[in-house]
Amino acid sequence: MEKDFELQLKAFALKVRMGVIEGTYNAKAGHPGGSLSIADVLAWLYNKEMNIDPKNPKMSNRDRLVLSKGHAAPALYSALALKGFFPVEEIKKLRKPDEMLQGHPDMKHIPGVDMSTGSLGQGISCATGMALAAKKFNEDYRVYTILGDGEIQEGQVWEAAMFAAANKLDNLVALVDNNNLQIDGSVVDVCSPYPIDEKFAAFGWHVINIDAHDFAQIEAAYNEARTVKGKPTCIVAKSVKGKGVSFMENQVGWHGVAPNAEQYAMAMDELNAALAELEGK
Amino acid sequence: MSEIKKLATREGYGAGLIELGKKRNDLVVLDADLAAATKTGAFKKEFPENFVDCGIAEQNMMSIAAGLASTGKLVFASSFAMFAAGRAFEQVRNSIGYPHLPVKIGATHAGISVGEDGATHQCNEDIALMRTIPGMTIINPADANEAKAAVLAAAEIDGPVYLRFGRLAVPVFNPDDYKIEVGKGVKLVDGTDVAIIATGLLVNEALIAAEQLKNEGISAMVINIHTIKPLDREIVIEAAKKTGVVVVAEEHSVIGGLGSAVCETLAETVPTPVIRIGVEDTFGMSGPAAVLLEKYGLCASNIVAKAKDAVKLKK
Repeated sequence: MEKDFELQLKAFALKVRMGVIEGTYNAKAGHPGGSLSIADVLAWLYNKEMNIDPKNPKMSNRDRLVLSKGHAAPALYSALALKGFFPVEEIKKLRKPDEMLQGHPDMKHIPGVDMSTGSLGQGISCATGMALAAKKFNEDYRVYTILGDGEIQEGQVWEAAMFAAANKLDNLVALVDNNNLQIDGSVVDVCSPYPIDEKFAAFGWHVINIDAHDFAQIEAAYNEARTVKGKPTCIVAKSVKGKGVSFMENQVGWHGVAPNAEQYAMAMDELNAALAELEGK
Repeated sequence: MSEIKKLATREGYGAGLIELGKKRNDLVVLDADLAAATKTGAFKKEFPENFVDCGIAEQNMMSIAAGLASTGKLVFASSFAMFAAGRAFEQVRNSIGYPHLPVKIGATHAGISVGEDGATHQCNEDIALMRTIPGMTIINPADANEAKAAVLAAAEIDGPVYLRFGRLAVPVFNPDDYKIEVGKGVKLVDGTDVAIIATGLLVNEALIAAEQLKNEGISAMVINIHTIKPLDREIVIEAAKKTGVVVVAEEHSVIGGLGSAVCETLAETVPTPVIRIGVEDTFGMSGPAAVLLEKYGLCASNIVAKAKDAVKLKK
């Protein structure tokens, strides 16, 4: 990866994280932890991986992203706003009555959202349906989905995993955001989904393990997925919940709680400082 | 009089899909390992490329249907009513209903007439469940020709549709070229003493009941409500105004189905006594369908009895 491009991605991811803080702070609600953990992956998907056109969000041959862990909507919305699907000002109106940005992704009203999600386990099936449509009707778009590691406790995820492999959907890439935490605690303490990689492999998927915050690894994984034929790819991405805001990192308490004014200021200071440092180089 | 042809409404579902398959190459029919029973099997044979078996995983199937529909395909997702509306309720609600995706749900083996399989498979709750989903159209055909017409009509609707079919062969009283107007009830018999508002296999029973009532000097109106949602409020209100008393007959729980929909409508407009015929607040049981329909009062003789009770309520 070109150094400049990596810096661009890092800056984009930082701005996504600022959007997460801005949105949840103004909403006084939302899920910052699991939004921050996917910011880098979203930066890659929206700046390099996916064939999309913010001016034509319904372009029929576009690549699709289904945010199966729909509660990470603040990160998705930030990425979409930064790409120009809608004005960045909308982020401050997150979760407010009669505004566009619903608590969870709403495909009917938000440009760039390819599927309404939020009820865990359903998004991967919807993504599978899109990938199936492309295969059945000889269309060449690819379909991406992002799951939580807690989410894969839902049985429907494994119905979809079985189906996608049985139907050889090599145009489907699922990424498991493995931040190791869910609302009630560590995923191990609640109901361990491990070994995630071996489970998907046993279901017939090509599996790649990466660090969710290393752009070289993200790039390599998605590139590798493009070379895989006859089976879907699962990227198990080891991540840090709350990544980028030090007091939120690896803290389960930041799953579904918004920052107060003081915390908002601290978080924004840290992210702005990181951005300044990045741009100063 | 010649023998009346009998066919299950699920046969009309299968026939309708094949007719659609000839016209629409964007059609995808999904099933969950029940193609022989839901009658999608014939479609699968004729259009194998447009058929996908999802295996015994109805929740996944409904969300897959949503994904397919989101790309602009015409999708029918088939299973038994118990699993389509029951097991996969939340997928239907959130993956299909909330984004208002035009998935057509072909739910067969609805109601008590499933017969021998018994209570686990006799879905008397599906209409109640589906009615609560905003934007969901619900069509419950009365015979195989109406079922086929419903499939063709559903394909034209830009939104989710729940199509309800039965397992039992029932008399075909509509012509082969029959068409339906979604959301419009059909007055089959005019009358002045009591209005019988029926849906599904009870429409034919209502016609038989009206004949018997006529012989006993009671003039019964018979209305076929194939579209339970959106309900044809106008025809219901007019019937109530004209006859002053209503009997609703359906092969569904008396809670939440057409009976409830009619009561809600009339209570808010022209308060009218209503007697509901349906499965009382109970589970079904195993047995031959015909025996069960009699046992649970889903038959012409009970409609006659309840119509007489209803007429007495007026006095």
